[in-house]
Amino acid sequence: MREKELEKLKDYKYGFSTDIENFKAPKGLNEDVIKFISNIKKEPKWLLDWRLKAYNRVKVLKEPNWQKPKYPKIDYQDLYYYSAPKSFKEKPNSLDELDPKLIETYNKLGIPLNEQKRLNGIAVDAVFDSVSVATTFKDTLTEKGIIFCSISEAIQKHPDLVKKYLGSVIPITDHYFATLNSAVFTDGSFVYIPPGVRCPMELSTYFRINASDTGQFERTLIIADKGSYVSYLEGCTAPMRDENQLHAANVELIALDDAEIKYSTVQNWYPGDKDGKGGIYNFVTKRGLCKGKNSKISWTQVETGSAITWKYPSCILQGDNSVGEFYSIAITNNHQKADTGTKMIHLGKNTKSKIISKGISAGFSDMTYRGLVDISPKSSNSSNYTQCDSLLMGNKCGAHTIPYIKNKNANSNIAHEATTSKISDEQLHYCQQRGLNSEEAVSLIVNGFCKEVLQQLPMEFAVEAQKLVGISLEGSVG
Amino acid sequence: MENFKTDFEKVLKNNNLSEKEVAFKNLNAKEFSSHGFPNRKDEDWKFSDINQIIKKEIGELNFYNEQLKKSEIDKDILLNEIEHNKLFFINGQLVHIDFNSEDKGKIEFLDNQNNIDEQLADNSLINLNNALSNKSYKLLVKKNYQIKKPLIIYHTTNSELTSQNINFKINFELEENSSLKLIDLVKDKGNKNFINIFYNFSLEKNSILKNYKIDQFENDNIRYMFNNIKQSSNSVSETFYLSKGSTFSKNEIFCDLKGEHSSAFVNGIFSLNKSKHHEIKAKINHLVENTKSYQLVKSVLENKSRSVYQGKIYVDSKAQKTDGYQLSKAILVDETTEFNAKPELEIYADDVKCSHGSASGSLDENSIFYLMSRGLSYKEARELLINGFLVEVINQITDEPIKKLIKNLYGLKNEY
Repeated sequence: MREKELEKLKDYKYGFSTDIENFKAPKGLNEDVIKFISNIKKEPKWLLDWRLKAYNRVKVLKEPNWQKPKYPKIDYQDLYYYSAPKSFKEKPNSLDELDPKLIETYNKLGIPLNEQKRLNGIAVDAVFDSVSVATTFKDTLTEKGIIFCSISEAIQKHPDLVKKYLGSVIPITDHYFATLNSAVFTDGSFVYIPPGVRCPMELSTYFRINASDTGQFERTLIIADKGSYVSYLEGCTAPMRDENQLHAANVELIALDDAEIKYSTVQNWYPGDKDGKGGIYNFVTKRGLCKGKNSKISWTQVETGSAITWKYPSCILQGDNSVGEFYSIAITNNHQKADTGTKMIHLGKNTKSKIISKGISAGFSDMTYRGLVDISPKSSNSSNYTQCDSLLMGNKCGAHTIPYIKNKNANSNIAHEATTSKISDEQLHYCQQRGLNSEEAVSLIVNGFCKEVLQQLPMEFAVEAQKLVGISLEGSVG
Repeated sequence: MENFKTDFEKVLKNNNLSEKEVAFKNLNAKEFSSHGFPNRKDEDWKFSDINQIIKKEIGELNFYNEQLKKSEIDKDILLNEIEHNKLFFINGQLVHIDFNSEDKGKIEFLDNQNNIDEQLADNSLINLNNALSNKSYKLLVKKNYQIKKPLIIYHTTNSELTSQNINFKINFELEENSSLKLIDLVKDKGNKNFINIFYNFSLEKNSILKNYKIDQFENDNIRYMFNNIKQSSNSVSETFYLSKGSTFSKNEIFCDLKGEHSSAFVNGIFSLNKSKHHEIKAKINHLVENTKSYQLVKSVLENKSRSVYQGKIYVDSKAQKTDGYQLSKAILVDETTEFNAKPELEIYADDVKCSHGSASGSLDENSIFYLMSRGLSYKEARELLINGFLVEVINQITDEPIKKLIKNLYGLKNEY
């Protein structure tokens, strides 16, 4: 039995679970649970009202069903909407008070929470199930006036900022999963960069689902004030469990005049086993608003995990001269399914957007790029360039491209290109001739295929992502 | 929908129908009444809400097509530039059949076919067509016969005709080694009618189909044409659309490449102005190995017009070595126009070469400047660029006399 589990861990090294006592809200979705969450987080009344308003909408909304990957019906009453380590009933004040088991978990994941050990200067906010457990490098950031903390803390300490921006990009009138998140979100990160400040280090959040039967609903809010710059990273893992777990996060980005936000994700949730059993449903809503003039939002994602990935990090280019970028690598293997892409909504004048998407599918998996480029009549002199390439390995998998292109402005240009192909025998032969085995050769070719996107990642992550690409495709070429 | 019910009763009463046909019509009528006209909530009609368009442009439709007197053929309508066979439809009624230039017994045209499909279509406009159209027509091209002259199907309406729904259906069968050149020519005098035409093509081994649909002349009708093509091995289909004249038009093509080495070519031109709204939707299904498809659609849009291109390449897991290509380009001449595209790839096989491209934007000011610096006026320079842009599509036509005819009809000089 034990050996079997170890065997499984080889495939997904983050698949262990931490044996820790949990404190949970009662199962099910109802007003009481929402009040319970709000109460335990000591939230002000306006937020509770906001949550309840969202909940009332969830009751009448229907789940969307136009996506390619279909999934069995989710029983929303059979989920825990709040789960926290028991030692968190009162939040610990410093790292020393933190449950050693938690610290150990994060060490195992390669995220040492102890700041001293951290060499490469990345500030981390770690989220475990429903709560944020620790945020590192707080002092250095506070000196610059940067606020980087959990969203629960921000609600307490910076209510004005939260109230002003929460739900301004993803309103509670949005689609089903986003609205569900607004009703029951538990924790997440909050970032505020004051005017003119260039954030001196990478900010990072690490999400971990541990408890079983839990949905994770985190909410991230990033505000870059005038002339500021921030680069933000997000990583995720979960233990291996046989049942499917739901992850429905909301991420809102707001860039004011001349500000720039760079948001990178390395998503490696548990993808399910070789037969497609278990794994995370990753139904995330990510949206950025280029509110000010000359602002820029850039999304980079490396999606290798999850049983089903269903997300479209989007940019609303409202400010004149604003820029939106989307770089994506999505890899599916075994029975994984992904329906991902982006939306670029051009509203302001002289707005530019760029989409580079690389999809790789192997095994029995299915991958869809779905994207929207919409240039409105007022958005003159705007342009978009889209390139989406798919790579297929074997004839049991699928790769699909569904772009929606709407050009309503005569002075704007949209260009779109897509190709689908496989790794050619010549390429493989060439690499193997020079002494690489077939897996190394595939890994090398795939990394070359993804290069344009990998280059966009911060250095430390790029190395990790490159390895991840190799690992995800292991065993797919025979 | 009240109109539809009473008119449908009339269709059942006034036509001599077998029990089976009645049952089939009833089934389709039920299907249509429950769905109604497609609207933008249907993914296939996302960009062209025909329910709204009919409501706005026509209002109440008459569904029962009463054929009281035989209409006279208007000689002006006939094309004299090219010798051809004729099928002449006026107000949805077939009034003239002429296959005089062909060998006897090689081409059969039947007008009393039972109109029954095996499967109920998942398209409410085809349901409507099945419920209301009378006996369907069938054209058979016999084995090893190559048609000598093109067949022109004239689609015309009388000036008295208004707010009328016209439906008809033709099945084409091309036996082994046969070929057919077919021109659909739209020349309408009636106004504000909804015309719904359904063609089935069955292409046997080595057969060749060339279909040119020409909607060149101004008219304010709403038009839906569906081509359903099934191709056996080595067969070739070529479909060309000149989409210009009608107020609204949607051309749909659904093509199954079922035999190895079969290929399908779809080419289209949108040349729109005056608030017109046209769409081409193509779905090519590559079901076996070594098949090929090619789609090229170009738009030039002026004055509040709007064009839509929805193209899909489907590649089955068995269909290795597929070659699929789509390209759509649009020039938005002024501020008020809109171009929508949804070029889709759905691929389940790995050894394939599939790609698509789409580009849209304004006329290139640098090119205009270049031409003007060589002495052309702004207007001439613009015209030259637009014609050059569109003629690339017309040049894809493989039949020389028809290519010439279409260039003439479109008003292009021969030097292009």
